[in-house]
Order: sequence, then structure tokens, then C-alpha cells
Amino acid sequence: MSPGKELIKGFYTENPVFRLMLGLCPVLATSTSVNNGIGMGAATLFVLVCSNVVISLIRKAIPAKIRIPIFIMIIATFVTIVDLVMAGFFPELHESLGIFISLIVVNCIILGRAEAYASKNNVFYAFIDGLGMGLGFTLSMILISSIREILGNGTWLGLEVFGSGYNPVLLMILSPGAFFTIGLLMSFLSWFEGRRSSCVTNF
Amino acid sequence: MDMHSLLVISVGAIFISNFVLHRFLGLCPYIGVSKQLDSAVGMGMAVIFVMTMASVATWLIYHYFLSPSPLNILFRLLMRGQGEPPDLTYLRTIAFILVIATLVQFVEMVIQKLSPGLYRSLGIYLPLITTNCAVLGVSLLNINEQYSFIESVVNGFTSGLGFTLALVLMAGLREKLELAQVPRSMHGAPIAFIIAGCMSLAFLGFSGLKF
Repeated sequence: MSPGKELIKGFYTENPVFRLMLGLCPVLATSTSVNNGIGMGAATLFVLVCSNVVISLIRKAIPAKIRIPIFIMIIATFVTIVDLVMAGFFPELHESLGIFISLIVVNCIILGRAEAYASKNNVFYAFIDGLGMGLGFTLSMILISSIREILGNGTWLGLEVFGSGYNPVLLMILSPGAFFTIGLLMSFLSWFEGRRSSCVTNF
Repeated sequence: MDMHSLLVISVGAIFISNFVLHRFLGLCPYIGVSKQLDSAVGMGMAVIFVMTMASVATWLIYHYFLSPSPLNILFRLLMRGQGEPPDLTYLRTIAFILVIATLVQFVEMVIQKLSPGLYRSLGIYLPLITTNCAVLGVSLLNINEQYSFIESVVNGFTSGLGFTLALVLMAGLREKLELAQVPRSMHGAPIAFIIAGCMSLAFLGFSGLKF
């Protein structure tokens, strides 16, 4: 187990969104613009790293039978911190993300990493794992929200991409666009994987 | 309480802002439990039940324990109604998730005791519901929209109904899909998302409904 490998596994081989398919609700709901996507990714990253570290620190003191309620309480505490900080410093972002900030509590990635990784490994690896998974989640958010914002609004982070003559595909910003984007990206990934493995066998 | 506002809430929760297809809440069971019609119906019933109960419980908790109103029970007991009522609303995420987890556990125990038949059909879905964001989502929405008690209960029930509608429709489609020829790279989740997109597109048509 090398720290570098643990860090980058969340980017591709164990990407939380495309591979593990965890925590899809915030991905689809808050990817309407790159700004929102980065905000949601950063909030999830913070909660994931902090909860992984704290759970790993106290993993020997947690009784096995009530570990899930304890994990949820720790996660909820960090979510409340993010909620209050974001409401104070980024009120516009907080407004547009709405209830999805509070709903980080029930995001399966965080509880999943707590249960599968942080409760079994030491603090350093739990931190690396949280960082890697959180960055993988953030990158997926940026990818999906870039596609939706560029096609649906003709902008990227507020900058015009196609010039003023572009007629935006409004559908991509609306709810069906989210489903289409993630469905097509997943099928592209599975096509790519299939191609790559067949190349390897032909070699 | 006029029936008109309740009707608007119901139609809004079932069709216009459907929990799965418009608000994107509860996607994990929507993709995960929609492979067979029977289990989709079971899951839907369990979600309706828990969402209604959670709406009742979290509304009472919020208005009698957390909100800074003169009715706050903690304020009346601990401070004997003197001074300013404390504002504990920042604790709502922690309080709601605890209440929901306890409630699901409690409901599971009661059903197991009273009706073993129902427990066998719903039992496996109940623990999954604790981490279903639809339940916490409806509780937070009730508070954000400042619904009254009756409105919250109606919203909880009809949101669950909307979730079940979308889930059962999806399960019916996916049972047929087993026989269809789908491109190899689209098997499983990708085609499910494309279908969900088409359903979401169809449900967008309801957004023109006016009362």
C-alpha cells in the first residue's frame, strides 16, 4: 500500500461517481454550472477528509454495534460547520446549492469511506484516502458541470465560449440534461475500457 | 386550512417537482432497486410510510425544540419563559438525521412485532431508507418552505407517492429492457440513466400545470 497509489485511485480506477456510483444525487442536482460544481465538490472534499481523519483517530474506541450512528454524528457535525461557513462567506453559493449542503450527511461516499476505509486504517492513510476520493469527486463534478454549462448556457465559469451567436441547448441545464450527461459519460467510459482491454489482449 | 393549497402541494410533489426526476433526491434506490417490479413496489411503500412519519416527527422537533419561538419547550422548561427564546436552528441537520435513524429503527421493530408478513416484504428495505436522501430532503424542504403541520404531512406523503410512481414506472421499463438489444457499452446503469432522462423530459411537460 503506497500513499501515492492510495491518493490517485479515486481519480480513475475507483472514481466515486463513475465507478462506485455513490453519491449521485448531489452530482446530478448541483452540476448546473461549474461554479456550483466546484462549490459542492469542495464542501464534500472537506467533510470527507475531516470525517475520515476523526473516525480513524477514534476507531479503536468505537463499539462495533453502534458504529454507524457514531459515524453519522461525526459527519453531521462537519456538515454543519460547512453549512455555517458557506452561509457566512459565500451566501450566493449557499443559496444556489440549497438543501444539498445539508444533504452531504446522507451522501453514500462519506459513510462508505468511513465504513470501508477509515475505520480500518491509520490516520495518515485515512487522510490520503479522503483527499483522493474527495478530489476524484470534485473532478467528476467539474467534468459534468462543464459539459452542462458549456452546452446549456454557452459559458464556462461565466466566460463566453461560443460567442454571442450561440443558441444554448436549454435542456442541458434542466433536469433531463443531467441524466443524459451522466448516462452518456458512463457508457463512453465502459466503451473505452472495453476497447482498451481488447487492445491489450490482441497485443 | 383550505383544500386548494393542499391540492397544489400534492400535484406539485407528485408531478411537477417529482422527487427523483426533478429534485434528484433518492437516486440510489431509484437505480438500485428498480430491476424488479415487486421489490420496487415494496420499496415504494416503505418510503411513503417513512417519509410521512419523518415529516410529522421533524416538524414537531423543529417547531417545539429548535426554533426561536415562545412555544419552544426547552425555553419554557429551562428558562421558565424569561428573556429571549434560544435559536437552535443550526442544529437541525444533526437533530433530523438522528430522529430519522431512530424512527426507521423503531418502525422496523414495531412492524416486526405486529405484522411479520409485512416485515418480511418491507424489512430489507427499511435500513436502506435511513441513508436515503429523500427522507432528510423532505424534512428540510418542509422547513424551508415554511409549511404548516398539515401541509408538511401532505407534502411528505405525496412526495413519497411521487417517488413510488417514478420507481414503479422505471421498474416496469427495466423489466422489458432485459429483452431489448442494447449496445454493449450501455448495459446496466448507463441505459437506466438515459431512460430516466426521457422520463424526466416527459415529466417536464407537467410544469405547465396551473390552478
